[in-house]
Amino acid sequence: MSKTAIIIGGGVAGMETAGQLNRLGIEVVLIEKQASLGGHLKNWDRLFPDRRESQEVFDYLEKGMNDGISLYLNATISDIREAGGKFTVILEDGRELSSDALVLATGYDLFDARKKEEYGFGIYDNVITSAELEEFFRNNKQKNLFEGVQSKRVGIVHCVGSRDEKVGNLYCSKLCCVTGVKQAIEIRELMPDAEIFCFYMDLRMFDRHFEEMYYEAQEKWGIRFIRGRLSEAAENPDHTILVKVEDTLTGLPLKMKVDLLILLVGFVPSPETKRLAGMLGLKEGDDRFLCPSDEHLLPNSTDHPGVFLAGTLKGPASIAATIVDARAAALQVAEYLVNGER
Amino acid sequence: MKSFGYTITKDRQIDYDANDRRLIEYVEGIEPSIRICMECGSCSATCTAGHFTDFSIRRLHTLLQRGETLHLRKEIEKCMLCGKCQLVCPRGVNLRNLILIIHQALDKLHHDL
Repeated sequence: MSKTAIIIGGGVAGMETAGQLNRLGIEVVLIEKQASLGGHLKNWDRLFPDRRESQEVFDYLEKGMNDGISLYLNATISDIREAGGKFTVILEDGRELSSDALVLATGYDLFDARKKEEYGFGIYDNVITSAELEEFFRNNKQKNLFEGVQSKRVGIVHCVGSRDEKVGNLYCSKLCCVTGVKQAIEIRELMPDAEIFCFYMDLRMFDRHFEEMYYEAQEKWGIRFIRGRLSEAAENPDHTILVKVEDTLTGLPLKMKVDLLILLVGFVPSPETKRLAGMLGLKEGDDRFLCPSDEHLLPNSTDHPGVFLAGTLKGPASIAATIVDARAAALQVAEYLVNGER
Repeated sequence: MKSFGYTITKDRQIDYDANDRRLIEYVEGIEPSIRICMECGSCSATCTAGHFTDFSIRRLHTLLQRGETLHLRKEIEKCMLCGKCQLVCPRGVNLRNLILIIHQALDKLHHDL
């Protein structure tokens, strides 16, 4: 009899884990709370660092969703039970699904920028988040971003909701830096005359091609970088935004007017992850993301036999890294189902 | 009027909107390599002039980027054009040329700096 795995979460990690397990001959059930698959990937226009269309990645993941996978959309889990090494997942509508292994791939949420009240998101018209900008790129490809706004200067704020103990997030979200640089270049392409500034503490261009992208942003696109964390943003009567920052490289406070301020919002653990982790007794770290049993050697296993983790519920990760992680998770699950090893 | 000895302290904040950026635009136009500075400070660390005076070519470059040009003429006179800054720069910014072009620009733009 073939073994069954239930994957909870139909974003990048869930889709790839499901596809891989299915290809390995395991029966897969995929549960997604929303009406469609793809998670955050569906909100991206182009991906860093090569700016390929996010749709291409989605199309690949979707191809893995063949008939062998039982898909439950709009499905919320009300309870998870366990008996004799078997899991029973109970959905809100009463349906019961059973399996030999569980994979949590419930992802992350974006930081709610309203919590950084001093930046004025949700209060001032011309303060938006990086996610909103991405959505704009996705939906209005041909149009000028600032039609009728006469935008000449754009500020991009790094580390919004990350490396900030005041909002409870001590960790670095890792991918905001490269997202900001990517978006700066994309704004430049739309508005060749604009002045574009990134306000950063340090640029964490850690992955392959990232540093080169930073270099290109300076050399080819003339993006300007000011080291300093924005202290506040205030709206002028004409709806432009006055920003204040210490230019820490000159040691002087600096103020400037921008027409548009973009906040690079980071990753936060999702409440749904926390709820499910509570049901299964999984441990979370100081950063509130879930912890595998061994970060080096068993990055997809948990202390709970038969329960596995995939993707950004363990912390900020790029789409490329998430896909790699999902494949590792699939292999770990397959090994468990075949050999009983976790 | 009776003087109580109080004066108005000048704001040391960089007012980017008020600053004159003609100089940096001129310099960048001739020497675009100055755009790629990543503010590492290698140049200033090796600078001979910087060992004996408060001259910092890294800081001068950053201030120039912000349109802060006060004291610039006096500052660049401290540079001896030895070129060590350029030798150590990991990104190959042509710093010697930066100084030379600033000289040129100050004359050309008739800046009263």
